[in-house]
Amino acid sequence: MSSQEMQARFIKDRLQGRGERLLRSWEALLLAVAVIIFAINVWSSPYFLDPWNLSDATFNFTEKGLIAFALALVIISGEIDLSVAAILALSSTLMGLAMSHGAGTPELVAIGLLTGLACGAVNGFLVSGLGLPSIVVTIGTMSLFRGIAFIILGDKAFTGYPSDFAWFGQGYVFWVISFELVLFVLTAVVFAVLLHATSFGRTVYAIGNNPMAARFSGVRVERVKFILFLLTGLMSGLAAVCLTSRLGSTRPSIATGWELEAVTMVVLGGINILGGSGRIGGVVLAALIMGMVTFGFGLLNVPGIVMSIFVGLLLILVIAVPKLVTRIRQVRRKG
Amino acid sequence: MGLLKKVLVTAAISTALIANVAHAENKKIALVVKALGIGFFDAANKGAQEAAKELGDVDIIYTGPTDTTAEGQIEVINSLVAQKVDAIAISANDKDALVPALKKAMERGIKVISWDSGVAPEGRMMHLNPSSNPLIGNMCVKMAADNLPEGGDVAILSAAATATNQNTWIEEMKKVLPNYKGINIVATVYGDDKTDKSYTEAQGLMKAYPNLKAIIAPTSVGIVAAAQAVTDAGMVGKINVTGLGLPSEMAGHVKSGASKSFAIWNPIDLGYAATMISYNLVTGKEEAKPGAELSMGRMGKVKLDDNSEGAMADPFVYDAKNVEEFAKIF
Repeated sequence: MSSQEMQARFIKDRLQGRGERLLRSWEALLLAVAVIIFAINVWSSPYFLDPWNLSDATFNFTEKGLIAFALALVIISGEIDLSVAAILALSSTLMGLAMSHGAGTPELVAIGLLTGLACGAVNGFLVSGLGLPSIVVTIGTMSLFRGIAFIILGDKAFTGYPSDFAWFGQGYVFWVISFELVLFVLTAVVFAVLLHATSFGRTVYAIGNNPMAARFSGVRVERVKFILFLLTGLMSGLAAVCLTSRLGSTRPSIATGWELEAVTMVVLGGINILGGSGRIGGVVLAALIMGMVTFGFGLLNVPGIVMSIFVGLLLILVIAVPKLVTRIRQVRRKG
Repeated sequence: MGLLKKVLVTAAISTALIANVAHAENKKIALVVKALGIGFFDAANKGAQEAAKELGDVDIIYTGPTDTTAEGQIEVINSLVAQKVDAIAISANDKDALVPALKKAMERGIKVISWDSGVAPEGRMMHLNPSSNPLIGNMCVKMAADNLPEGGDVAILSAAATATNQNTWIEEMKKVLPNYKGINIVATVYGDDKTDKSYTEAQGLMKAYPNLKAIIAPTSVGIVAAAQAVTDAGMVGKINVTGLGLPSEMAGHVKSGASKSFAIWNPIDLGYAATMISYNLVTGKEEAKPGAELSMGRMGKVKLDDNSEGAMADPFVYDAKNVEEFAKIF
């Protein structure tokens, strides 16, 4: 060993080449998993490769995906928003309330989105205005927003939305391509551009990696975080419009537990839960994977709990495999 | 990646094996429940399997979401529509939110009925209630009267004073009272479906009415509390507790004699009847419309009202002979 230490050491200017980096990226791994799951689904059920069935299956992830995109940015910035499902419930409830007072479709959509924005503003103010930890704030507002929905509705439901309102959650743009799917793709593109091709996106990464350094570099950390919570609220409001339209009714228990599914989607998508890294493409793939797993297992009538176990295992595996590979390689290199 | 692949392939193979048991030519009837892992619904599945065996050419798909959510049930419905099942019989988590998904299922030629917990009329062809309010009211008084040939004083221990279903049942009990000679309802008290309050109210009844012969509690919380109060007061054999309860919670009190009998719907019969009705709709032998009479195999016939709803049967009576067996189920 001692003779080796004396030799000159070769240091690469880049750890991996561009192609290699792409191949070894999280997205490549997710893509491989998605292809495998797709192949298994095709092989195991004759009903899987049917355009209408696949179209129906997209509803398993479109609304959650809308929320996950915005949530991804919040998590990259080192914060979290657990109130997303509660915002959805409150938006839906207020839309129902407006509908019962005779509001038409444009007003309903506006109310859904504005409620989302307002809830996001509450979260944003508490986190960046008062400097409270976001996990505590959003656990609180999670109960608060859903609590208001329960006060308004109790054990009742709003039904009888206008028939043209149904288009958002049940309408098709072209053949089997639903409005929700188009919205999902467009939102993905918008968020990808925002995160990966604008200076705003760079500041989000900067804050997530080191908020102090970001502040000293002239980034207005509080303002950026406030905007991120506004965005998450807005996307939750948008998801509320879609889900309410798809269900054609509102109950205060709507979208129960979706905050965890959205977080799972984000983490499976390769966003570092501690902030600072991750890409929107990964979240899109994670949404597809979760949707396909749910639908594929549903076609085989596998009980839901097995699906939950599978998604949990997948999450752990996808996170553990790259770490294990690195570990093994290190051990081998030393040996 | 090796391990990941292995896990995926193992999962796929095992699930494919489960799926391949089904025969293509058989009628596929899906029994969709509020959530899997609930004893009541597992028992309903037992009934559905019994019906399938009797019919011969039926495969039952017993399924449901992990949590009792409407969104979860919609995912299940979508995958059943994709599999082109012949019928969906569902106990709904939300009577309105499932309507668009079930409407779509009906548009694609699937027969849809609801049972136990109903779906709004536009989202199903018919709804099967386990029983009806008059039948429940009557059964409660009957169980008390059967053990009181000489007649006697009877009190009702209800849940909250505002509970709609409880009040309806109590009204129905009062309606049938003239049919049972010598039975007097002396008081109605409210235990709010809380164990301690129900217990205190039952104690109060025993003190206030020394000639009390029976307590009718049409609530699963109240009936257990009343039976406990009777036992603790040493009145077993003198006061009979009856009403609506769950076998698993009441088995001990039936054994001790505090309760001679009680009633609740039988989930096995319910699953059986839902399957029979679905089958007859699939074969086109019968049609679900207001006023129709649908046959349910050994459970007889159900007549549909204007909303295409029907009541299956009298509540099922549990006593010392069968309570142990059902206590294992729910």
